[in-house]
Amino acid sequence: MRRVCCRAEVCIGCQLCVVWCQVEHSRSRDIIKAFLYEKERPIPRVRVEERGPVSFALQCRHCEEPDCVFACISGALYKKDGVVVHDASKCVGCWSCVLACPYGAIIRDETHGKAWKCDLCAGREEPICVEKCPNEALVVEVGG
Amino acid sequence: MKSYLLPEFEVERKEEKCIRCQVCVRQCAFGTHRYDEELDMIFSDVARCVGCQRCVVFCPTNALSVRPNPSAYKPNYIWTDERIGDLTKQAETGGVILTGGGNDKPYRVYFDHLVLNASQVTNPSIDPLREPMELRTFLGCKPDALALESWSESGDVEIRTAMPPNVMIETPILFTAMSYGAISYQAFKSLAIAASEYGTLFNTGEGGFPKELRAKYGRNAIVQCASGRFGVDAEYLNCAAVVEIKIGQGAKPGIGGHLPGEKVSCSIAETRMIPEGTDALSPAPQHDIYSIEDLSTLIYALKEATNYEKPVSVKIAAVHNSAAIASGMVRAGADIIALDGLRGGTGAAPKIIRDNVGIPIELAIASVDQRLREEGIRNRCSIIAAGGIRCSADVIKAIALGADAVYIGTAALVAMGCTLCQKCYTGKCNWGICTQDPYLAKRINPDIASRRLVNLLRGWSLEMKEMLGGMGINAIESLRGNRDHLRGVGLQEWELEVLGVKGAGE
Repeated sequence: MRRVCCRAEVCIGCQLCVVWCQVEHSRSRDIIKAFLYEKERPIPRVRVEERGPVSFALQCRHCEEPDCVFACISGALYKKDGVVVHDASKCVGCWSCVLACPYGAIIRDETHGKAWKCDLCAGREEPICVEKCPNEALVVEVGG
Repeated sequence: MKSYLLPEFEVERKEEKCIRCQVCVRQCAFGTHRYDEELDMIFSDVARCVGCQRCVVFCPTNALSVRPNPSAYKPNYIWTDERIGDLTKQAETGGVILTGGGNDKPYRVYFDHLVLNASQVTNPSIDPLREPMELRTFLGCKPDALALESWSESGDVEIRTAMPPNVMIETPILFTAMSYGAISYQAFKSLAIAASEYGTLFNTGEGGFPKELRAKYGRNAIVQCASGRFGVDAEYLNCAAVVEIKIGQGAKPGIGGHLPGEKVSCSIAETRMIPEGTDALSPAPQHDIYSIEDLSTLIYALKEATNYEKPVSVKIAAVHNSAAIASGMVRAGADIIALDGLRGGTGAAPKIIRDNVGIPIELAIASVDQRLREEGIRNRCSIIAAGGIRCSADVIKAIALGADAVYIGTAALVAMGCTLCQKCYTGKCNWGICTQDPYLAKRINPDIASRRLVNLLRGWSLEMKEMLGGMGINAIESLRGNRDHLRGVGLQEWELEVLGVKGAGE
């Protein structure tokens, strides 16, 4: 199991993780192009929960026994090598996973009728949010 | 009342780069930036900007730049923008102008007029990468003479003189007094971690020492006993390496301290041993010290309380008769004398005091060292110099002038992120250093900040070894008060005399 964890005591709520997540999942992967020139802004797979002085970034927990995978009606969500994978081409936007996820970590893209979630930046050595977090609040947790 | 103040800074936003991510909006505690949803634009209210550069550093596309506002008053050598600004502020508030940081006025920085020596031909320089180089320093009173037991058969030497308590530090750089309350818990802890990692000391200031940190970092702590006596009890004194009596501070000699009640959170109240939410007032004088004899009473009370096991330091601001005062302090029993010069920093001080009271630290070190030598009591104390130590060369020069070690405050804060915006007194430090707002304070991650501090200590120490090697010296001990290694450039006769150095070329 691999997942991104947030050390809330040093998460400063800057939301740079959100910004860079969007860039990483954009077509060009260029921050200015992604935000200003691409037709569609990518949906971030992470969000920052905030109340008063407390804030933390939240993304898919890649659960051992993922409720979302059990709930998925189209087989778009499945578990592979300890990572909960989402195949967007199969997603029908029924939001069953959104309902089932106990963390609220699945994000709805209503324009396209697709659900999105953290893919641990497949292909990158380290998820972009971890790399870019200015306060080292985000760390990759590897466990059983 | 309509304010006539000019904005201090101008914020430039390159629209072609701004992606409206609003990181700048969230980072500014002064509310400079505002996102307008309707227009999908970010506007900046320059009047609120303090020039701390937090937003500039955090902007992911480098779309921002903050620079001094060019729309200045008509140039005037006498009535500068700062003078007019201060006059305007006072006309509008009728109060004392507060500021933070250290004196920023162009008084002569003597360090910049002193040059170091290096070995050429007649004596060899030393390569610190190949040969041992010693920065280790012992702080405390040294005996007048050493009585040695005659050589025993094994060849060992035994020292018969009872050694007064001394504290060993790996590099002659200590973190100066910055209290929990003045700075955030996270910043305070970062200093403690860095000091213990590098083998030097940090100073708790007069804000007490959080109990949970004592076991781990007490060995590297200097605990202060200041005029407010905050957080002082037997356990506090005994958990530390050194006890320091604070008489004065370089940024505000003769002035007390005031931590406003809104900053006195539950944890600060517990640490300082005062009710939550009450103002923490440090009187200007120590009310039980009106003479050298009184100082002696407190020094020995503290020595008694710590079983004569710890050196007692006395910290004063460098002022006109520092040498005579220092002599009295040593005779009163001080094992360490900390001198805080004109350029020393603060979390809050009246600007008029910060900018006009005290003397440059270089002159104070030289005159105190000289006086104590003349009186034959230099060995009875260590001298720690503070106030405007900016780089390793300043440390080397301070030691060559006669200091044993230096305190760094501003330099350490800059290592943690401080940009010297001087708004410490507002409690809204965007860098999470000088604030008690939990939202801002968590911007200091002690893991990162302590790493940065250790890097600073390491970098300076390496540079100091290089400089020592160049001079052909292999231990910092041999440089102490060794003014032959200094020469003055562009100094007047009286300045060279006070510093006890020759002019360059001599």
